Amino acid sequence: MKKYLPVMLLAGTVIIIQLLTLITGKGFLLTQLTMSTWYVIAALGLCMVMGYAGQISLGQAGFFAIGGYTTAVLSTIDFSARTGTSVFSFFDSLGLLLTRQTIYGDTVIYLSPWAALIAAILIAGLTAWGLGVPVLKLRGHYLGMATMGFGIIVNRIVVGTKIFGEADGISNVPPFKMFPGFEISGKVGFRVGNYYFAWLVVIIALILLINLINSRAGRALKALHGSEDAADAMGVNTARCKTAVFIIGAVLAAVAGFFMTHYNGGIGPSESSVIKSVRYVSIVAVGGMANIWGTLIMGMLLNFLSLRGVFGHFDDAVFGIILVLMMMFMPDGFIRKEVFYSIKTLFRGKK
Amino acid sequence: MALNQILQYIFSGITVGSIYAFVAIGYNIIYNSTGIINFAQGEFVMLGGMIAYTFSNFMPLLPAIIAAILITAAIGGLIENVFIRRMRKTSVLGMIVITIGLSILIREFALSIWDEQIRALRFFTGNEISSVNILGARISPQVLWVLGVTLVLTAGLYFFLKFTLTGQAMRACSENPTAAKLCGIRTDRMVSLSFMVSAGIGALGGCVVSPLTQTHYAMGSDLAIKGFTVAILGGLGNPMSAVAAGILLGLIEAFSISILPMAYKDVISIIILLIVLVARPSGLFGSRSASALKDY
Repeated sequence: MKKYLPVMLLAGTVIIIQLLTLITGKGFLLTQLTMSTWYVIAALGLCMVMGYAGQISLGQAGFFAIGGYTTAVLSTIDFSARTGTSVFSFFDSLGLLLTRQTIYGDTVIYLSPWAALIAAILIAGLTAWGLGVPVLKLRGHYLGMATMGFGIIVNRIVVGTKIFGEADGISNVPPFKMFPGFEISGKVGFRVGNYYFAWLVVIIALILLINLINSRAGRALKALHGSEDAADAMGVNTARCKTAVFIIGAVLAAVAGFFMTHYNGGIGPSESSVIKSVRYVSIVAVGGMANIWGTLIMGMLLNFLSLRGVFGHFDDAVFGIILVLMMMFMPDGFIRKEVFYSIKTLFRGKK
Repeated sequence: MALNQILQYIFSGITVGSIYAFVAIGYNIIYNSTGIINFAQGEFVMLGGMIAYTFSNFMPLLPAIIAAILITAAIGGLIENVFIRRMRKTSVLGMIVITIGLSILIREFALSIWDEQIRALRFFTGNEISSVNILGARISPQVLWVLGVTLVLTAGLYFFLKFTLTGQAMRACSENPTAAKLCGIRTDRMVSLSFMVSAGIGALGGCVVSPLTQTHYAMGSDLAIKGFTVAILGGLGNPMSAVAAGILLGLIEAFSISILPMAYKDVISIIILLIVLVARPSGLFGSRSASALKDY
């Protein structure tokens, strides 16, 4: 039970923050907090790949975009013109077709986002598998460039293809009505609900990741990070381990992208840009690489400040500075035990 | 396709390929002396074009270009002295992360100096509309400048690395740094020099293509991955074969435009990168057994 104590503390903090915004009347902050939370889920996925398994990935934003664009495309197709086709009756028999009114009063028949969620997870997972099996054989610089190349491919396809909205992105994504009385959307009435739902997803992800890290597979990953050859010699199936963790990271990013797209009501090509991938890397680096709690805390902090516009014109530069300074002075990250101990001794004086 | 049309594609391919070759040569020189892939290599090209543009507003073209090359080389040396030298003992992961961080910083720095506008250096001879007729293909005289500079640079680099004492010392450092040190070569100076040379070469490339392809603050990351593709195609650590590989990739891209939409041009070269990385990491011209011994 001890390993879940931080998760409970986190849940408590989440509630306290919501109550604080309620008391101070700054409920609007919850919007950016919710968005940061979705970004943090993608960062947690990268933390597993980069921090725990030691495989650099500069294409995390590509998977985020795959999740987001899958639902943006699928849930904006209008099936009302396709009634009677076999595709229509197939989805209809599964109960996956919903109707909504456009602002002009027209009725649109669209695919349920539940189907899009499954599609997003499958597409991201299969892409990660197809990319990971050959590419994760590479190491170091080669792996970095290959994953960055994947991210750029996603970006170029999105920018250059009509169904992805080219440079404009897709903007009329309907809300995701998960169950009666609750939907994933940016409407003010659902702000508190969305905030708690995003944290619920984070907490589920955290519990799964904590279990993974403390399992046999998690120890294999740590061995892999230390030395791939040594792990191989100890009987760890390194190729399978790396691919598996890469798929987990990709699926987490895709899920984050999926919910973010419904929350924002749209997605644009900038979500797949190299700079977004680099942001995830800098969050993981500043959080202490193999440290999901560090990634969580720094990810929330940096994304929230960035979304609030605190960094102004220097939004991207801040992440660049973080990367450079962290690597020069604290290659083990900012959030780690030693830092807390040195802060402690600062106050108590040296023993 | 008519002959003159094919020629047109060939010339545009060679021009684009030359700029990739400039970036790839920069990668190779730094890789040889440090074992680092400098993700900020594309930023040097952007800096070269931007600085030369600014200077060309109040001085003739040649001194402006020379100033741009010298300033960019100084920035390259500064980066090595301030950041890379302290990082010698960190992991490859740390090296990748810091060079990416630097590339973002340079780009944001350029954004705050030169804003978001696309700029172009003026043409070396003639202007936008002047052209030379070669076998029915009409090409800009700037294309000839690009080809000429690429040729001169390649020959000059070959001469420098093969016959001058400094060039030989640089090669010795890449073969075996410890042995080079024992022979009395200041290896840390050679590393600084290699950063300066590769930044300067990048800046030169940025200047000669600026009239044709324009210069934009965010052009670096695209050039970085294309240049890397070329460096890998030619075999990492071999600056000479990078020129051949660069022109090859340029030609592939130029002809791909005639079949596929323009937007997918980058996708093709990155897919080539992925295939080469996985199937033949030693490159087209590199030795397989030699690359198996290298540590990436």
